[in-house]
Amino acid sequence: MSAPAAAAEPILTRNFGRADSHTLEAYRETGGYAAWAKAREMEPAAITDAVKRSNLRGLGGAGFPTGTKWSFIPKGHAGPVYLVINADEGEPGTFKDRYLLERDPHALIEGMLIAARAIGSRLAFVYVRGEYVVPGRRFSAAVRDAYDAGYLGRGLDIVVHRGAGAYICGEETGLISSLEGKKGWPKLKPPFPAIKGAFGAPTIVNNVETICQVPHIINRGPEWFAALGTKTQGGTRLYSMSGRVRRPGVYEASVRVPLRQLVEHYAGGVTGNGRLKAVVPGGASAAILRADEVDVTMDVDGLKNAGTMAGSAGVIVMDETVSIPEALMVVARFYAHESCGQCTPCREATGWIYKMTERIVEGRGHKEDLDTILDVARRGAGTTICAFYDGAVGPYISYIEKFRPEFEALIPHG
Amino acid sequence: MARLTIDGRVLEVPAGTNLIEAARQIGIEIPHYCYHPALSIAGQCRLCMVDIEKVPRPQVACNTVVSEGMVVHTETERVLETRKSIMEFHLINHPLDCPVCDQAGECGLQIYYMQHGLYDPRMMDEKVHKPKAVPLGPHVMLDAERCILCSRCVRFCDEVTGTGELGIFNRGDRSEIGLFPGTELANNYSGNVVDICPVGALTDREFRFQVRVWYLDTQKSICPGCARGCNIEVHVSRRRPHHAQGRRVARLKPRFNEAVNKWWICDAGRYGSDFVDDDSRLQAPTRRDGEKTLEVAWTDMIPLAAGLLRRYRGDEIGVIASPKLSNEDLFLLKRLCDALGVRAVDYRVPPARPGDEDNLLVRADKNPNSRGAELIGLGLSDSREILAAARERRIKCLWVFSHDLLASAWPEGEVLDGLLGAETVIFQGTNANATSAYAHLVLPAAAYPEREGTWTNFEGRVQRFRQAFPPLGRALPDWEILGRLLQDAQGAPRPARAEDCFRDLAAAVPAFAGMSYRSIGDAGQPVRAARS
Repeated sequence: MSAPAAAAEPILTRNFGRADSHTLEAYRETGGYAAWAKAREMEPAAITDAVKRSNLRGLGGAGFPTGTKWSFIPKGHAGPVYLVINADEGEPGTFKDRYLLERDPHALIEGMLIAARAIGSRLAFVYVRGEYVVPGRRFSAAVRDAYDAGYLGRGLDIVVHRGAGAYICGEETGLISSLEGKKGWPKLKPPFPAIKGAFGAPTIVNNVETICQVPHIINRGPEWFAALGTKTQGGTRLYSMSGRVRRPGVYEASVRVPLRQLVEHYAGGVTGNGRLKAVVPGGASAAILRADEVDVTMDVDGLKNAGTMAGSAGVIVMDETVSIPEALMVVARFYAHESCGQCTPCREATGWIYKMTERIVEGRGHKEDLDTILDVARRGAGTTICAFYDGAVGPYISYIEKFRPEFEALIPHG
Repeated sequence: MARLTIDGRVLEVPAGTNLIEAARQIGIEIPHYCYHPALSIAGQCRLCMVDIEKVPRPQVACNTVVSEGMVVHTETERVLETRKSIMEFHLINHPLDCPVCDQAGECGLQIYYMQHGLYDPRMMDEKVHKPKAVPLGPHVMLDAERCILCSRCVRFCDEVTGTGELGIFNRGDRSEIGLFPGTELANNYSGNVVDICPVGALTDREFRFQVRVWYLDTQKSICPGCARGCNIEVHVSRRRPHHAQGRRVARLKPRFNEAVNKWWICDAGRYGSDFVDDDSRLQAPTRRDGEKTLEVAWTDMIPLAAGLLRRYRGDEIGVIASPKLSNEDLFLLKRLCDALGVRAVDYRVPPARPGDEDNLLVRADKNPNSRGAELIGLGLSDSREILAAARERRIKCLWVFSHDLLASAWPEGEVLDGLLGAETVIFQGTNANATSAYAHLVLPAAAYPEREGTWTNFEGRVQRFRQAFPPLGRALPDWEILGRLLQDAQGAPRPARAEDCFRDLAAAVPAFAGMSYRSIGDAGQPVRAARS
């Protein structure tokens, strides 16, 4: 058991306690836009280099090194380059970007100014999840204030684009399709967005939280940021704690905080019957961990080694009274509902697997169903355009493999 | 160029070629549904996955372009298992209603299940239900349950016609093809979506339930509908004559020709073959005797017609030839006119309304062989002047090929005066019309699927059409009727085959010099002027 690794000092959440944290005045009072003042004097390549050295990794789910992603923009590209912010936070169990949009929108704007300078973008889009009405309004108001204050409109313009409520539009190329006015279908790769993204131009898509980290990296230096985390991942991040915990909510901690500490210390422990049964550590697409597997750290590599993923750091806690088959049915219904339908394996298998899980929960399961689900899940894995189906496969397989007797108990003559 | 290895065979293909096309070049078919060479890459069906050395996971062949030194395997255990899985996914919600589906026998699902599926079905849940028998437009019917959502039809309407009527609506396994509100699939090329639909989702409203495809024979042909000369296949129903109300032409399908029509034909052409089996077909040679019309045997008709033609001086005969006649027909007609000293010869009759035209295939000239008639020299005179001369009794014998002059742009009275002014009117064509009713002699001609021949399209490309079935009744190919008349007029041996006529044509008319049926082949050959 490692020592508590909580950030002694809140970084992303430092202003969350103020009622006026979303205002430009409050942001400036706490040192806002100082990083931009510094970055605008830096060479773009130096900004990218700093972000690389900070070991900042994407916090939307995939955990890709941010500076490396920025460096994929073709050198000497003559046409427009777009920065797109993914604020389509849709991963079940994840609600941290919402807090940032509502409580610290200028941090995102300042991060965007810096990121846009690094990649040579003069027009940026923020794709806000359709259901995020208040966060969308808060952020749009902040954009207006930033224009009035002269931060925007002098080298960078920001367009706020509201989504219409599809999970798949949080997938970066699905988001780009939607932004372009098309159906939100992920795009074939190659070409990758950094080469040919939104409207055919080189495009970088970054998560809200990822970009909110950038001003701090510039202000306090990449080494400071890197030291907050592990060798391969720097900084703190926001954990969305939900499920059977005493104090659900968003908590900031090091990227290497132990999962057990998040559950017991930050979220105040397990409710229900008080005994932990399982935890989904990184949003619904992460494989489930049994109670005896939660002594892991939350960094990208730590959870990967545990057979699951850090994902969006949406931590869903289940106590012993939670039915895992029912939980899988709910997750399967989500994936069947949200599959965009473009690729045959995902379109067909998500619906099929949901029907099987529903049947099992309703007591109409057949004894071959569990093996069929596992086989269908594996056969579709890795065959599709985007990672949606691979995300669904995580829960399909792990819930059944780790809690098989509970499923079998529901199957008549099983 | 890039050199790569597919299944152990080394080949060299142009850079940018995708793996489906590269494999096709060495005779390997990588199974696929959504890929179509005329359309953008969708990568949706996921069936074309292949293994590439040094790449960890199978990749879709459609979106992978060749690279130097690439080593591809299309038949590894992993690829075969993946194909089987994808086939299962394609079929779990498919209604499996092959016995009542028109696509049966030419269905991508049937073919690939047998080649790449052959798994034991294990889907026991209720399938997803979707709309069935939905008319999308005048020609196309949708069964959304049979659809595998390959999006070919959507991409066709977006990328080829640019009309964008179709979209995929809803999400996940509820996804379905449909029309955007306020539209219908009524563009000039709507029938092509039926051709490119790999399954029974889009069927042809005319062809539906008419005849099973395995009873059809096919023959290569050329669309007679306009001056483009789109390459087609005539699908013939003869083995089940009680099907399709006895129509012999069951349907027309486009035949790929890169230089002419690519993969497509227009709807006017596709659905324009009704005249072949129509009640208006002329099936026997006839002569008018007062109010009566008498059938005459060809053995009597040829001397009768030849005698009539001989009775007049060359300058008393007017010939309105047709740009629907083949090069062979026109060449023999030219020779006959020369032999008879006829100078009043033309083939141009303006239609009542100008033909429509678009920038894809459709040409305003609704005749397949205007260029051939011009090159062979049938435009010596002017059709309207020929009619005027008949009205003024300067022309006494008027020989009209296939035109309905009464449906032309000319005033009806003017035409009638001409037809009534001639002592003798001969009509030669495939179908009766208002003009043929004024004829004293009617010579019934074989329709294009009933005979051999060539047409020269507006770009000067000579293309062969072939006989799919025998002529109706006692109709004969025009070249044969003209050959017999020429034999009677000149005592020359008459050609036995259309190819003989073409050989003589190539020897006599410089534009066709050096050409033969062999050199024309299936893809056609430009005439000399168009070659340079």
